Amino acid sequence: MFFSETSTSGLFFNLVPWIVFAPVVGLLINLIIGSKLGEKGVGAIASLASGSAFVVAILQIISLNAHPEGAVVKVAEWIHIGNLAIDWTFRIDTLSVTMMMVVSGVGTLIHIYAIGYMHEDVRFKHDEGRYRRFFIFLNLFIAAMMILVSGNSYMMLFVGWEGVGLASFLLIGFWYDMDTLGRPSFANSNAAKKAFITNRVGDFGFLLAAMMMFWKFGSTDFDLVFAKVVEVAAHEPWVILWITIFLLVGVAGKSAQIPLYVWLPDAMAGPTPVSALIHAATMVTAGVYLVTRSAPIYTLSHDAQYIVATVGAVTALFAATIAAGQYDIKKVLAYSTISQLGFMVAAVGMGAFVAGMFHLITHAFFKALLFLSAGSVILGMERGHHHLPHGDHHEIFDPGDMRNMGGMRKTMPVTFWLYMIGTLALAGIFPFAGFWSKDEILLDAAKVFPHVYYLLAIAAFFTAFYMGRQIWMVFFGEARHAAAAHAEESPAVMTVPLMVLAALSILGGALNLPYIHTLTNWLEHTVKVVEHEGEVAAWLETSLGGLNPWVALISTIAALLAIFISWLLYGRTPLKAGQIDPLKKMFGPIYYGMENKWFIDEAYWFVFVDRYVDLARYLAQTIDWDFWHEWFHNNIIAAGFRGFTRFLAQLVDLGIVDVIISRWPVAVAQWLSEKLRALQNGFVRSYALSVLVGVVAILGYLLLNMK
Amino acid sequence: MNFLLQPLTLVTFFPLLGVLALVFINGEQKNTIRWTALGTALVTFVISLWAFFFSGQFNPANGDLQLVAKYDWIMVAGWNIRYYIAADGLSVMLILLTTFLTPIAILSTWKAVEDRVKDFMMFFLMLEVGMLGVFVAQDLFLFYIFWEFTLVPMYFLIGIWGGPNRLYAAVKFFLYTMAGSILMLLAILWLGVNQGTFSVPDLVAKGGIPVDIQFWLFWAFTAAFAIKVPMWPLHSWLPDAHVEAPTAGSVILAGVLLKMGTYGFLRFNLPLFPEAAVAAAPTIATLAVIGILYGAAVSYSQKDVKKLVAYSSVSHLGFVMLGMFALNSQGIQGAILQMINHGLSTGALFLLVGMIYEQTHTREIKVYGGLWKITPVFGTLMLIVALSSMGLPGLNGFVGEFTILLGAFGSVAYGSYWYAMLSAIGVILAAIYILYMFQKMFLGPAGEITHHHEIKDLNLREIITLLPLLVFIFWIGLYPAPFFNLMAPAVEKLLIPFQAVLMAAH
Repeated sequence: MFFSETSTSGLFFNLVPWIVFAPVVGLLINLIIGSKLGEKGVGAIASLASGSAFVVAILQIISLNAHPEGAVVKVAEWIHIGNLAIDWTFRIDTLSVTMMMVVSGVGTLIHIYAIGYMHEDVRFKHDEGRYRRFFIFLNLFIAAMMILVSGNSYMMLFVGWEGVGLASFLLIGFWYDMDTLGRPSFANSNAAKKAFITNRVGDFGFLLAAMMMFWKFGSTDFDLVFAKVVEVAAHEPWVILWITIFLLVGVAGKSAQIPLYVWLPDAMAGPTPVSALIHAATMVTAGVYLVTRSAPIYTLSHDAQYIVATVGAVTALFAATIAAGQYDIKKVLAYSTISQLGFMVAAVGMGAFVAGMFHLITHAFFKALLFLSAGSVILGMERGHHHLPHGDHHEIFDPGDMRNMGGMRKTMPVTFWLYMIGTLALAGIFPFAGFWSKDEILLDAAKVFPHVYYLLAIAAFFTAFYMGRQIWMVFFGEARHAAAAHAEESPAVMTVPLMVLAALSILGGALNLPYIHTLTNWLEHTVKVVEHEGEVAAWLETSLGGLNPWVALISTIAALLAIFISWLLYGRTPLKAGQIDPLKKMFGPIYYGMENKWFIDEAYWFVFVDRYVDLARYLAQTIDWDFWHEWFHNNIIAAGFRGFTRFLAQLVDLGIVDVIISRWPVAVAQWLSEKLRALQNGFVRSYALSVLVGVVAILGYLLLNMK
Repeated sequence: MNFLLQPLTLVTFFPLLGVLALVFINGEQKNTIRWTALGTALVTFVISLWAFFFSGQFNPANGDLQLVAKYDWIMVAGWNIRYYIAADGLSVMLILLTTFLTPIAILSTWKAVEDRVKDFMMFFLMLEVGMLGVFVAQDLFLFYIFWEFTLVPMYFLIGIWGGPNRLYAAVKFFLYTMAGSILMLLAILWLGVNQGTFSVPDLVAKGGIPVDIQFWLFWAFTAAFAIKVPMWPLHSWLPDAHVEAPTAGSVILAGVLLKMGTYGFLRFNLPLFPEAAVAAAPTIATLAVIGILYGAAVSYSQKDVKKLVAYSSVSHLGFVMLGMFALNSQGIQGAILQMINHGLSTGALFLLVGMIYEQTHTREIKVYGGLWKITPVFGTLMLIVALSSMGLPGLNGFVGEFTILLGAFGSVAYGSYWYAMLSAIGVILAAIYILYMFQKMFLGPAGEITHHHEIKDLNLREIITLLPLLVFIFWIGLYPAPFFNLMAPAVEKLLIPFQAVLMAAH
């Protein structure tokens, strides 16, 4: 059934559902018999499942080379009502396959890494039973992410969109009974909940966009929507603008942009492989993918492009300033991720889709590398801490705090070099991967939206600075905590996947080199690149096969300068234990803001969370219970009926009816009220009585009028 | 004999056989009683499956009433009251939901009900007869009898086997529902007397009720149904009834009894009073939207988990009402599916809450915590059901909610995007209260009860009780086509008169 209904005769196109089925099979195996397989078995099954998806993705590339127009593979109907037709249909084109490659490729490496990482993690946290659960969730994530990138309609994309949100929730809250330092707490589960709810706000926007699409375009299938956009844009341009803005709300949620980015830093509560896979390399880029996929809509509205690009650029700079003020090794990377996502969103927002996708790919390589290396550092610290004399074991020890680290290039040399490569790539130093992709974005920004260029260029400066700061703090100087001094290098199962990622971080730029433009040509089959029209400054006209030497030079100088400054502050005279951050001395209040994330969380808490909690409590207690359930019920309904019955009993009944037809209704009523008194005290008796009287009255009236 | 062997008659009254059998069983033989009741309910379920899918007498591609049984009953003095039962795409899934949930609910009482088991089961099976009667009756008088009849067993189920405040809750349940029904009775009598028949298809075919009278009749029916649903602000009986009812009672109450209200709108208000329905649509939608948001916010603030689930029904049924009065295919099909979904998800939630309550005898959310670690199976099943309830795509709740929102968004009857846009906020609020519940009970460190009480994970019987619900939670979520196909022709038929009415109104 799964392979019969295809629309092309492509080589391996029919296999595409297996990018989802393979991880699902993996998770089912581990769910059902995982407890008997042992850690190695569980990890192997999960990695194999993810690896199979990778193989399927490669097969899709082979098929696409033969049939660059791609294919659509329908598996089953989903929701068909009237003219609404949503199917489980996979879409194979160069864009979706690119995403499949990134997700399953990086995903598989991280699965392998996690075999080693989680082995130690569950032991440090004294809960070995949770090992299997981790890989089930990880496979669940891969499956959902594959649905997201391969769906042929906005609604199927949305299934994956929320599915990865679920996986993210489960994995952020993986250690749901503790905080990040392992103390019993609701902290981690709070982080998980925050992520899910914030993402739901984004999903709300997505849903509105999808509904508007259906009623305006008659479908949510990509092809059918795009076929009609030009026509709709001509008659109802507001539709295009609203759809793009609703989608942007979704993008802001999933890709952690202003104003919905607040969940991502907290998401670092998840185990480090999760941070690398979901919260850096893949899931958070879904928004970038969404805008790229929606290119035909976005390119129709200059306003939409302006808004998206600006949101991305502001986010990029804003998050970069916060990153420079963090002490937690993962928090720096988290804000860096938000910042880099800002670069990508800005890129796709202004129509530089290939540049955005290019950066998405290279970022997946080097940010996964950085996170996993950070995980290696954290475990190294844990190992060091574990070997300390017993007296130290009960102190509250934060293995991720850079103020505890220092000098770790000696204790963890492999990790150090890997981290260096990731840093250089992220900082955009020639010839590492980040240089090429970031440069493309900056050049496009300079041409299209100069304000975006300035914001991003400053953000790039900050990027190099905070990464330099991190390197000096973690790996140079002297150990500021005994754990760092005793840290131990990680095993090969963790470092080998990192080496692969390191190689990709060095060479990733080759994907879209000047003159060659492999990625541009590849994506061209799917995303029509619209060249920017209009005047550009003379210095931007220079082109070395698409690379502008001035833009490249400026950003390289900025990056080197930033690293030099970070050396002045943190490298020349390394931090001592207990010493306050030199930036704090220099910038006092500004640094205080950076350190505290500009108090955005607190502001949100005050403006939204507390208000909603108050409102809910007010509605539940005061309005619903005290007023409506108690007061209104007792004083209006019950007392009202009591008064009505008294009126009936005393005036109508005694005064009129009693005279006319003896006393039987009262007898009945009394008998009933005696009965009911046994059942209930107080008003219910008279209430029941009054209902009865009411029934009698109404029936009597009807019968009298019936003839 | 032919009369009794008609498929729908057989389905409807078969549980009475079980009641009869129970009469002859000694009240001390509790297990025999349980098995008899369960067996009866299961056979009823099988008969209902047979009637619709294997008897060859029901064709879902046909939107008309089928499996008809029609006999004159009270035909004096111009009263044309008939025994007239039939089913179509609007009711078939509700009938199946009833026969499906009843054995599950009975199975859940195995250990929970030890007191007067015989009486309990007899009431329970009688309740099933009443509910099935409501869904099959095509004669207004017959419908009214079944409608009122369901109150009696439910009243006793709450009043005898309920919680500490059961009498108050039972009486309130009874009287609130009665109060609404009286107005409906008035309207029924008016229709029967003035139109010369109580048969709904005849009344629909005849039509021609003046618009101003339609208006009164519409709201008279609405009084009964809106209390039953319950629509905001008529919900204040619901938390009492749910909190005090025994688990099985809550399952049936949420799963089926509330659907009698929404079904009533669908079966009577829409086809009988199309002009009034179109005119009332924005009003109903406004109440529905308030119910969605209000129910979700109030749920979030509950300290008692059963109350949280109870209030969530106000929100969920707000969605059903919103979809129904959108008066387009997406809205109505979504509404019908969401009735089923709510029965499955909320039924499962009540079952799960009951299972933990049996062990700890408390429903206070804050005394739990860390349950997932201690009871992994229970936690996992709760998670799935919770996600279904908050509308995660891939599970059943989403399909219903999305189609409802979609219908409301493009509804000509509403004529505004606002209803759908505001209701979509309910999707966020649902995540807030559901995740709050899940987090405080299942995540985090061990709470007071979890710490001091030895809590056992689900046993085999409990898993078997939940498993059928889970199958449908996934099935409807991933492949709802068979369910939509079952209702689509009937819904299209229902909508035919509205095209003209909507055209005229706008």
